[in-house]
Amino acid sequence: MIETLTFTYPASSQVERRAHVGVVASGNCELLLEPHSEQHASVVVRTSAGGYGATWGAVLDRFFARHPVAVRLEIDDFGATPAVVAMRLEQALEQAR
Amino acid sequence: MRIGAIHTYLELFARYFVDLTPDIALVAADEADASGNLYTGANTEETPTIVEATAFRNGVVIAQVNRIVDRVTRVDVPGDWVDLVVVADRPYEIEPLFTRDPEQIDDVQILMAMMVVRGIYERHRVRTLNHGIGFDTAAIELILPTYGERLGLRGEICTNWVLNPHPTLIPAIESGWVQSVHSFGGELGMERYVAARPDIFFTGRDGSLRSNRALSQNAGMYATDLFIGSTLQMDPDANSSTATLGRIAGFGGAPNLGNDPRGRRHPSQAWLEMTSSTHEIRRGRKIVVQLVETFRESGVPTFVEHLDAVELGRMAGFPIAPVMIYGDDVTHVVTEEGIAYLYKARDVDERRAALAAIAGVTPVGLLADSTRTQELRRDGIVAFPEDLGVARSEANRALLAARSIRDLVTWSGGLYEPPKRFRSWG
Repeated sequence: MIETLTFTYPASSQVERRAHVGVVASGNCELLLEPHSEQHASVVVRTSAGGYGATWGAVLDRFFARHPVAVRLEIDDFGATPAVVAMRLEQALEQAR
Repeated sequence: MRIGAIHTYLELFARYFVDLTPDIALVAADEADASGNLYTGANTEETPTIVEATAFRNGVVIAQVNRIVDRVTRVDVPGDWVDLVVVADRPYEIEPLFTRDPEQIDDVQILMAMMVVRGIYERHRVRTLNHGIGFDTAAIELILPTYGERLGLRGEICTNWVLNPHPTLIPAIESGWVQSVHSFGGELGMERYVAARPDIFFTGRDGSLRSNRALSQNAGMYATDLFIGSTLQMDPDANSSTATLGRIAGFGGAPNLGNDPRGRRHPSQAWLEMTSSTHEIRRGRKIVVQLVETFRESGVPTFVEHLDAVELGRMAGFPIAPVMIYGDDVTHVVTEEGIAYLYKARDVDERRAALAAIAGVTPVGLLADSTRTQELRRDGIVAFPEDLGVARSEANRALLAARSIRDLVTWSGGLYEPPKRFRSWG
């Protein structure tokens, strides 16, 4: 059972290029981050671990509060911990800048 | 059975000689001769300490041995301390407790290892140290010959170790990083490798490792710059414990090694850097690092408002909660988010804020105020990877000097003989 979550954040800066990080593996996640033509960030999370909507919200809130970038972000999650997700987000941004 | 307290190694050894002297000691050894001399092989560990406490206060020492020989390979315990020798019908069991398969080290652990190397070992010039057991400390051992080498740190950091013979230290030893290792105990499969490196390990004339837990623990307290280890839970004041509800476990060496003994000791650069005092009489501090991911597997937060150990202690009727490492002894906490330089905090409130700043989206981390966190970064009390010159995108398995057990065997020139369960080949 795959749960899909969507989030939107205001943005004030751009990224240069698309970035692809992470791996398809248990306890991990795969991220695709692309520049967005709109002035906001839109996020789609597809996760195999249901019931963690609030935690996803907390991780993404913190990330976009620190980095208000206009991106389209897709995350395929295979039960990654918030620690792994937070690191993957920062890695994607490092690559995209 | 009633458990009175969870004892730590040195504490128990100490009580053997004060108010908890054994009446009877049961010990194991590889060999005994007709006079009762014992050879314990690589796993001498606490045997001489237990035997001494018992034998010299009218106790009875019984040794279970694998075989009787004409002449023991080496005398680890003198025969006149031993009362009875029993030949066992099968050899004693020994587990490879300190072997971590590099295959299982993940990118988060590598990121944290990079931060430790740059933000702690390089910054404070940590030369003498002890690593607790775990995949995160194994990751540090495995990036010394790659990441550490590139930073030009060989010979500058991590030269003298108090450590069990971790197979994951082999690449650093073979790359010339390590000058000495004294061990608490042995490790299955490392016998031939250790025997081939008497320049590094403490070995007998027979070639095998001589371990001694009491002496190694003492070395870890008074002769090392740093202890680094992990835990299962940490509270807002950095108190930690591996005793959680439904799981009462020993603490290993952490309670003794993970503290600042405070008594007089020789200075080192790392030890002195822990004080900002310029008074003519001053002392430094041992560096105690806790290395934790903000969440454990299955989404359980590491940072909690209250340690389970408090409730556990109450339920078990312990007079004090089974804390493993007291927060006021912890100088640094490292998570995947960054490093909290707790020793620099000016008061309790600042200490808590620094810890919360790296606690991610755990209940403790969600209390962090982002403006305050920026101030703490500016003041060098908190550092994120970018503040340390650590690129997160570099945090991947390509940085490991060995990516499998088989790589470790290759590094050892075929001398490391991993137990079967760690071998994916014939």
